[in-house]
Amino acid sequence: MSTILAIQNLGKAFGSLVAARDINIAVPPLQIIGIIGANGAGKTTFVNMITGYLRPSSGTIWFKDIDITGRPSREISRLGIARSFQVPQIFPSLTVFENMCAATAIAHASGGLLAQILTPLHSPATTAKAEAAVELFRIGSYRNALAATLPQGVRKLLDIAMALAGAPRVLLLDEPTSGIAIEEKFDLMDVVMSALKNRGITVLFVEHDMDIVERYADRVLAFYDGTVIADGSPVETLENPRIQELISGPKLKMTAVAALHA
Amino acid sequence: MALRSIIGTLGFLLIALAAPTLPAWLVSLATVAFANGLVVLGLIILWRAGLVPFGQALYYAIGAYTVALIGRYSEIRDVLAMIAAAALLSALTAFLTGFLLARYREIFFAMLSLAMSMILYGVLVKTETLGSTDGFHVELPTYFDYQPQGEMHLLVLFWLVLAFCAMSALLVSLYFRSVAGSLALPVRDSEIRLEFLGISVNRLIHLKLVIASTLAGIGGALAALSIEHVDPNMSYWTTSGGFVFVTILAGAGSVAAAFVGSFVFELLKSIAYDILPGTWQIFLGSALLLTILFLPEGIGSLFGRLRGRAKPV
Repeated sequence: MSTILAIQNLGKAFGSLVAARDINIAVPPLQIIGIIGANGAGKTTFVNMITGYLRPSSGTIWFKDIDITGRPSREISRLGIARSFQVPQIFPSLTVFENMCAATAIAHASGGLLAQILTPLHSPATTAKAEAAVELFRIGSYRNALAATLPQGVRKLLDIAMALAGAPRVLLLDEPTSGIAIEEKFDLMDVVMSALKNRGITVLFVEHDMDIVERYADRVLAFYDGTVIADGSPVETLENPRIQELISGPKLKMTAVAALHA
Repeated sequence: MALRSIIGTLGFLLIALAAPTLPAWLVSLATVAFANGLVVLGLIILWRAGLVPFGQALYYAIGAYTVALIGRYSEIRDVLAMIAAAALLSALTAFLTGFLLARYREIFFAMLSLAMSMILYGVLVKTETLGSTDGFHVELPTYFDYQPQGEMHLLVLFWLVLAFCAMSALLVSLYFRSVAGSLALPVRDSEIRLEFLGISVNRLIHLKLVIASTLAGIGGALAALSIEHVDPNMSYWTTSGGFVFVTILAGAGSVAAAFVGSFVFELLKSIAYDILPGTWQIFLGSALLLTILFLPEGIGSLFGRLRGRAKPV
């Protein structure tokens, strides 16, 4: 089976603190991978290393046939790996539509600084793409609202929509449903997954909610103490007693949690 | 956009046509004001991205000293050649200093740019061949082998300054419409998102610095040709502070504001000198205070109010 992303012996240390170690993963195209783990298990460090935010201390990251280890994030992004953030990285001073226009125009001006000087921000092509993205992510009702005023769910969607503007092959979502009300989490993920449908994108998402992982992931990576301790289907990973003990806890269904809240 | 450019060009044309009927003192004042307006235009480019350089006088002085030195040590008198040399040298200096400056933000950026301008000030003050503290005279330029004298020189130079201002305003407007130029607010908001969209923020800032400094160099060259004298004060921090003052007065909302703001500043300064020779700073300080209180986005926001919402993207 071909791989779009291959991670070999990846590790990261901050001085004496080892945040990630001996991570070996092969990701086939189009797979949707859920990444679970307790706080401090190394999930975000892993995402940060793949996307160039952190330089690995050891190991290699292959994207298709390209060694992307330690490359700057902008270069990795241009190659086709995009990401969203736990705290959405949007432009609060701009409206939702202006945010999308900026993202699509940047994607359009892919030939370096000269292209960025020569390409206008608003062209019929980029504006149409921005409009389409706003509709696809169902945030059209916020089109002219300043991003600073958006509710958290819309901020998350905008962040993901902007990450997708460059038509990436791999998308990493860092806790896409964090800070979202329980009853809205599935709606948000439904919107995201439907937007990703038929786009040929491989997705890795970090998530604490096991119901979300179970529902949307084809495969689950369980992180503990900086390394992957389980890698398999959602059912086999989430029902693994060791994973339950170390990470997910005894399984509580969403309906039960909602009932508790009620 | 096209309409605004046409209005702007017409504005410059009208001023040019009216110039022969204006008193010489006003033409002279406007020449320096518009030349300095070019520096302010550059500051607006940086300001929009949240960068306030307190050392833009570095490039202003380089531009001024370049034309002065060409006049002093060479046979070249052609005004365009002199200004081109000034622009090139300022751009080259900014290109080199930019590798360091583009890595800093906020107060660190401001202070580092200030430090760089003060190095030049120190060099100018201590170097006899550069005129030391007194500076030196700037030779009159020729305009395609034509050398106007007296009031005609004043007028021709004013027209040249207006031409440079109109061209710069148009080019900067186009730049603001481009992807690179329109990402000023995003730079302030989230450098991380820009990097993850594939933009090198440092390179973007480096480019802004080079453009702003080239404009400052041209402004310095034109101001030196108008004043016919250069001295180290052109690189002193108070000169940089003056440009920041005008940028606050003008606001970063529009290109035209750079020139209007600069003209208003020079006019206020001139009036203040006349009315309160010893305490003119009180007059200027009050003007700035009133601007901040009643026009927090500067004079340029008045244009915005006239045509509805105006916000740089």
